[in-house]
Amino acid sequence: MPLASSVVSMALATRADRRPSMTRTLWDSSVGKKTIMAVSGLIMLGYLAVHMLGNLKIFFGSDEFNHYAHWLRTLGEPFLHYEWALWIVRVVLVAAVVLHAVSAYQLSRRDLRARPTAYVHKKARSSYATRTMRYGGIILALFIVWHILDLTTGTVHTGGFQSGHPYQNVLDTFSTWYGNVIYIVAVLALGLHVQHGFWSAAQTLGVGSATRDRVLKTLANVLAVVLTAGFVSVPVAVMTGVVS
Amino acid sequence: MKLTLRVWRQQNAEAPGAMATYEVDGISQDMSFLEMLDTLNEELILSGDEPVAFDHDCREGICGACSLVINGDAHGPERTTTCQLHMRSFEDGDTIDVEPWRASAFPVVKDLVVDRSSFDRIIQAGGYISAPTGTAPDAHATPVPKPDADSAFEHAECIGCGACVAACPNGSAMLFTSAKVNHLNVLPQGAPERETRVLDMVATMDDEGFGGCTLTGECATACPKGIPLPSITAMNKEWLRANRKVRR
Ligand code: HEM
Ligand code: SF4
Ligand code: FES
Repeated sequence: MPLASSVVSMALATRADRRPSMTRTLWDSSVGKKTIMAVSGLIMLGYLAVHMLGNLKIFFGSDEFNHYAHWLRTLGEPFLHYEWALWIVRVVLVAAVVLHAVSAYQLSRRDLRARPTAYVHKKARSSYATRTMRYGGIILALFIVWHILDLTTGTVHTGGFQSGHPYQNVLDTFSTWYGNVIYIVAVLALGLHVQHGFWSAAQTLGVGSATRDRVLKTLANVLAVVLTAGFVSVPVAVMTGVVS
Repeated sequence: MKLTLRVWRQQNAEAPGAMATYEVDGISQDMSFLEMLDTLNEELILSGDEPVAFDHDCREGICGACSLVINGDAHGPERTTTCQLHMRSFEDGDTIDVEPWRASAFPVVKDLVVDRSSFDRIIQAGGYISAPTGTAPDAHATPVPKPDADSAFEHAECIGCGACVAACPNGSAMLFTSAKVNHLNVLPQGAPERETRVLDMVATMDDEGFGGCTLTGECATACPKGIPLPSITAMNKEWLRANRKVRR
């Protein structure tokens, strides 16, 4: 038995022959799962940048905004059928959100298990953005659900949801105090999440380095501020009557 | 100096453990932190009590045996090992909290001593090179570019103390593992196992129950040898590269 087990461990020492598939390795490894988080996070980030720019069209009146929403549905025609492009984007986004959230949950479980006992002597540690990735992520997940039920399906919408009239729907949402509170809290959470997340993704994907650190941190800050300001400008404009 | 110490006491791995308070007097500023604990232990032995168990060996900052989380900082307030920390970093009358490394991959053996053999198993998974035995080769037989040699030296400084794990809120061993992987992976001598090394060491790290990296940066702040946070980025890059290469 000792001989047999030492033979097995010799074989394992160079286990190059029987490696699990690349996907399996990605999913099973903490480093691989972070890679999945980084890629899905960057996909969502890319979408959000486009989404934020699209939202700004609300400042140019209801015709332009509603027309833009309609164009999103005809995008890719005649090659693609009506709404196909939109559905492709939706499928990719749902995949990204699910992969991101499942990985976040599994990694967080692993992290909490790895450090079950807290120190008696407590210290305030790490930046606010770093410490709030988990809570911020949960806020974002809840917001995504509410946001879709509010402005896409209209299920929880107040003021009579009208399909095809997003301008009016947005005005309705930001005419309620809770609509503004939910939205602004979520966008602030997003800003913090992106500030640590963008820089983190660069480290996870191995593109960060000591010399590039300043550039990456600055870029993360700029992205976070621009996204937050762009998204927040809409409810603020409705509240102050700039958009009505 | 007169000090109040609050020290983690735990009979064995299964016992619950708690902080115990001790007063020590006549501490010199020139004593190391471990000599201060030696003083406490002499008093405990004289009064018939069990001395506080803690790890130490070289006491010159090179072996990685000493540990201790002091007032919430791994290796205490200075960037050095506990054996090289001196009492001049504290004030007369201070209360000092002394706790063991906390991580499920480093279970407490007794008092302040933890079992760090999980690090040994990470090393066994790939922290070696294949080299012909016999007489040492000429030093210049294998040319190594200067930046690579510097990087290897920087990472070879890791003494395997585990402060990075102790400081990390996720109990992650990424900084330690990255030091070992980068040390060998930049050198031509490490090239034959370049891919298997990083894949197997990371897999063993996960198997041992260490947490993942959330890039908090506490590890690099605590590391007495200054292993920098970008070492983790470099290991991530090696891991992704190896995952592509190894099946080709
Ligand atoms: C479903 C809601 C979300 C949850 C539960 C969530 C949760 C998390 C958590 C816990 C982390 C840290 C993971 C770790 O360091 O181990 C993280 C990282 C990240 N998140 Fe999210 N997040 C969500 C939504 C988003 C959104 C909408 C974006 C798009 C901007 C995003 C972008 C990122 C990025 C880029 C990272 C860094 C990945 C890395 O560290 O490599 N997340 N997320
Ligand atoms: S990386 Fe630094 S803190 Fe971690 S084991 Fe090595 S020397 Fe100790
Ligand atoms: S006792 Fe050797 S490093 Fe501290």
